[in-house]
Amino acid sequence: MRTCGATPGGADLAGVDLANQTVIQGAVLRGGVSDGVPNGAPVDNAYVRLLDSTGEFTAEVPTNLEGQFRFFAAPGSWTVVVLAHGARAEVKVQAQQGTPIDLVIQI
Amino acid sequence: MSRATSLVSTEWVQENISNKSFVFVEVDEDTTLYEKGHIEGAITFHWREDLQDGLIRDLISKEKFEALLSKNGISNGSTVVLYGGNNNWFATYAFWYFKIYGHADVRLIDGGRKLWELKGLPLVTEVPTPTATRYVAKERDNSIRAFRDQVIASIGIKNIVDVRSPAEFSGELAAPAHLPQEGGQIKGHIPSAKNIPWSKAANEDGTFRSNEELSDLYKAAGVDFAKETIAYCRIGERSAFSWFVLHELLDLQNVTNYDGSWTEYGSLVGVPVAVGA
Repeated sequence: MRTCGATPGGADLAGVDLANQTVIQGAVLRGGVSDGVPNGAPVDNAYVRLLDSTGEFTAEVPTNLEGQFRFFAAPGSWTVVVLAHGARAEVKVQAQQGTPIDLVIQI
Repeated sequence: MSRATSLVSTEWVQENISNKSFVFVEVDEDTTLYEKGHIEGAITFHWREDLQDGLIRDLISKEKFEALLSKNGISNGSTVVLYGGNNNWFATYAFWYFKIYGHADVRLIDGGRKLWELKGLPLVTEVPTPTATRYVAKERDNSIRAFRDQVIASIGIKNIVDVRSPAEFSGELAAPAHLPQEGGQIKGHIPSAKNIPWSKAANEDGTFRSNEELSDLYKAAGVDFAKETIAYCRIGERSAFSWFVLHELLDLQNVTNYDGSWTEYGSLVGVPVAVGA
């Protein structure tokens, strides 16, 4: 998958009340090149965990067929942890209400 | 019940997958997971369509439970082996359900679907065609279920364990962070409840922590094992997970799951509510 020109990362946000939600989303890709453009194969059986600013577990979702995930969080510091067969990745983010965070995580 | 009789490992599943006396049942929050792939021979229950009454807010009736199990080829003598996504939330809810209706032998796969996938174990898409049975359920065992009036009467008296995330407990969030923020009419928690998130009982790979770690976890948070314990969350699934830990793994009696949970309590008129950590 190479989605040059498209919005990187997570699923379409149509229908999501962005003004009132703090969205952290993205896509998990395997075997691509970290060149700023999402590429690689979507990982559709990864587990994505959201940890709060103290490292405490808050939520976990499986990725969808496109390797995508989404959290509805609260403003603040969060850590996104990706678990997949043979791989583990962590990304720290600063979330804001009204401005979705869209991640591309290569494993 | 105990860890030895209620919990099985992924290795055990691999060894027993062809044994026809075992019925593997997947129960997920994301009900599309089963279609993506499941353990060979497993059937699935839909947590809403199969396990909720649909008209009133309650468990399905004894007759509907019997019909559900019968059409899925489960007999009274079957060993039911449950697993699911989301760290077994809905699988433990189904486990509690089977106990409510008195099924003799029900077990849970430690780590559930997540560990199975993280280990790269095979999933199939073929859906089995079970031979129908004539399942006979027992009357509901309400000794493992709590109702709202019991919960209100237990404030400051029994152990009340809120297993939601700290942000839901404090009143910052109304629902888990992977769901839109809907829940009870108000945010907060039941007064005197101890916040012991379900996740603290699980390792990152979805397996349960050791009994020693689990016992220390609840004791350190102020749970007195000599008293009765009520577990609750938002809609009763995560608390079924913690009920499983307390009642099955730690083998404590007098542990109930308040399946009305915060969506009921947080909408009641006039009941006491606490906020903050």
